[in-house]
Amino acid sequence: MSDIVIKAQGLGKSYAISHKAGERYLALRDVITCKAANLWSRLRVPLTTRQVNTEEFWALQDVSFEVRQGERIGIIGVNGAGKTTLLKILSRITEPTRGRVEIRGRIASLLEVGTGFHPELTGRENIFLNGAVLGMTRQEIRSKFDEIVAFAEVEKFLDTPVKRYSSGMYVRLAFAVAAHLEPEILVIDEVLAVGDAAFQKKCLGKMEDVAQQGRTILFVSHNMAAIEALCSKSMIMLAGKNSVLGSTAETVQRYLASVSNSASLPLADRRDRRGRGNISFKEMSFLDKNGMVSNVYSIGDDVYIKVKIENKYDTDATVKLALSVNTSHESLISCDAILKGQTFKIPVATEKIFTCKIVSPPLNYGDYEVNLAVFYGNEPEDWIISAGRFSIRSGDFDGRVTTNPFPVLSRFEWEAE
Amino acid sequence: MSVKDKNFIIIPQLHVERMKKEDTLVIEAGRTEKHYWADLWRYRELFYILSWRDIAIRYKQTVIGVLWAIIRPLLTMAVFTVIFGKLARLPSEGNVPYAIMVYVAMLPWQFFSSSVSEASNSLIDNTQLITKVYFPRIIIPISAVVTSLIDFFISFGILILLMVYYRFMPSINILFLPFFLLIAFLIASGIGTYITALNVKYRDFRYIVPFIVQFGLYISPVGFSSSIVPEKYRILYSLNPMVGVIDGFRWSLLGEGSAIYLPGFLASIAVVVFFLILGIRKFRRMEKTFADII
Repeated sequence: MSDIVIKAQGLGKSYAISHKAGERYLALRDVITCKAANLWSRLRVPLTTRQVNTEEFWALQDVSFEVRQGERIGIIGVNGAGKTTLLKILSRITEPTRGRVEIRGRIASLLEVGTGFHPELTGRENIFLNGAVLGMTRQEIRSKFDEIVAFAEVEKFLDTPVKRYSSGMYVRLAFAVAAHLEPEILVIDEVLAVGDAAFQKKCLGKMEDVAQQGRTILFVSHNMAAIEALCSKSMIMLAGKNSVLGSTAETVQRYLASVSNSASLPLADRRDRRGRGNISFKEMSFLDKNGMVSNVYSIGDDVYIKVKIENKYDTDATVKLALSVNTSHESLISCDAILKGQTFKIPVATEKIFTCKIVSPPLNYGDYEVNLAVFYGNEPEDWIISAGRFSIRSGDFDGRVTTNPFPVLSRFEWEAE
Repeated sequence: MSVKDKNFIIIPQLHVERMKKEDTLVIEAGRTEKHYWADLWRYRELFYILSWRDIAIRYKQTVIGVLWAIIRPLLTMAVFTVIFGKLARLPSEGNVPYAIMVYVAMLPWQFFSSSVSEASNSLIDNTQLITKVYFPRIIIPISAVVTSLIDFFISFGILILLMVYYRFMPSINILFLPFFLLIAFLIASGIGTYITALNVKYRDFRYIVPFIVQFGLYISPVGFSSSIVPEKYRILYSLNPMVGVIDGFRWSLLGEGSAIYLPGFLASIAVVVFFLILGIRKFRRMEKTFADII
């Protein structure tokens, strides 16, 4: 078909992950000591029995899909499902390990607005810089300059270094440049998580314009409302694999159903954890107020989080328990037992179950992650980032449905004097 | 298929008005290499802008920016002139004032050393760009080298003042100066990209860079004339590529008093070419994984 603009076939991307604790960057010092150590062990141990402490991790596996010109595709999935990796491959930031993509037309990505902004430069200078970074020529930027400035509403501050901008102005300017880029294919990852509600509305409007002009959009978001408003078709990413492209309404439903199936999670296989590991989390599950396993709540519901913890020490251990509720960007709620002066005893070589009740968390419609930690003494024994997720899906706030994007809701009263 | 075989083809598609067959971008195994330079050309606009950004920031943040380009070579010149010229009583070249002889060598050396130091940190400083948008990564260290070139021109202005002060007339050889500057640019780019690649891979490599630069200053003929090196060691000495560059600068600016030792100069050029190829190859091999490991 001639109107296919993106054709991905069997895309795969693997990363090597190292299991050495706390080692994020390779250091020459370590390489040298490691080589020396290896040399020594090679003298004593045959080569084949040496330990390999890296493991292959497939962030994407066999992803295939086709997008036609003018389609607006939503990509849905929990964090770590490979959405961002896919977008990074499409925008050529990283290379696939396997497979092939054919792309027709200029592709531009808004993986994060404000890429390449420099705080010391003025608004005017940053428009040119950012435009060039996103792939515009000076000619193009000049011809759109006034439009960009008007959209961002920063006329008065054009010659002020952007370090003096308010964060709202900064984001508006950044989005304005990106929005005027006019590529054939626009890739957007969570840009709507920024700015105030009015500006978000403006952005959505701009994106609808872009789509109406027959441009193709790939849109990644956790905001189901935005996906439903903007996208004609969607697909779900799950553990690096993609579902077929289907109608957005259907796909969103399927996604929500699948999310609620992950309300009970084994944690023993999680590798991305920190701490000594002698006391560790084995399982966690989300329960509702009736004790049913579910991780989909209404606004204002109590959230129950049940964890099973194992003590492998040969003594009893008195531990501190903590969990936190976060969005993908920010920490919101801390349920650290120490705040209430509580510690818990886990008898030698046993597993014990604890439940944390979060009383009516003031959370808005959205997806939230839970981090778990257990401390023995002052050292972390086990610490898992994003151990599980729950969603607040429905419900009302004082009798009204809320679609505003702020994660935290509070009771309030407006009164006229 | 092994991971190493994965290369990708990029077909230029700057001004896409209609969907044409040749606008298709294919991301696939094994064909990118020959399009690398075409791609680099396509992104030249970004290269200008990034160089301009680095220069703007450098001279915007502080008045010291400009002063630094003046003070650094002048102070080093003063120290070297006193130590090597006055205390050690090393000979100058012909009847050239010792200070000028040192300063002329300071120019390419300063350019080289600041290029290498700036380039080596450039990718890490631009992490945000690298993880968010695609472009040929080599643009970044090269634009750091270009930024150092601006410092070079400022320092060169001081040289003109110095020559006026000492009433020293440069020879006609000065016409060849751009050629030697080009060689300096190539060696700075070669070693700069090589160290940049290592610096991304090994995060503690940056502690070694200042040492290399410092060390280089003393083994290069900056504070003294390379003619004091015994004849039989001169070829060996010229394996330091900066020897060729500095001799070339002296020859073109100071004239007949400082002859170029030709076999040594050719050896220097060979080393420059070697490092340029090594640097670019190493960089390109590493480039594919920058976004993943940075």
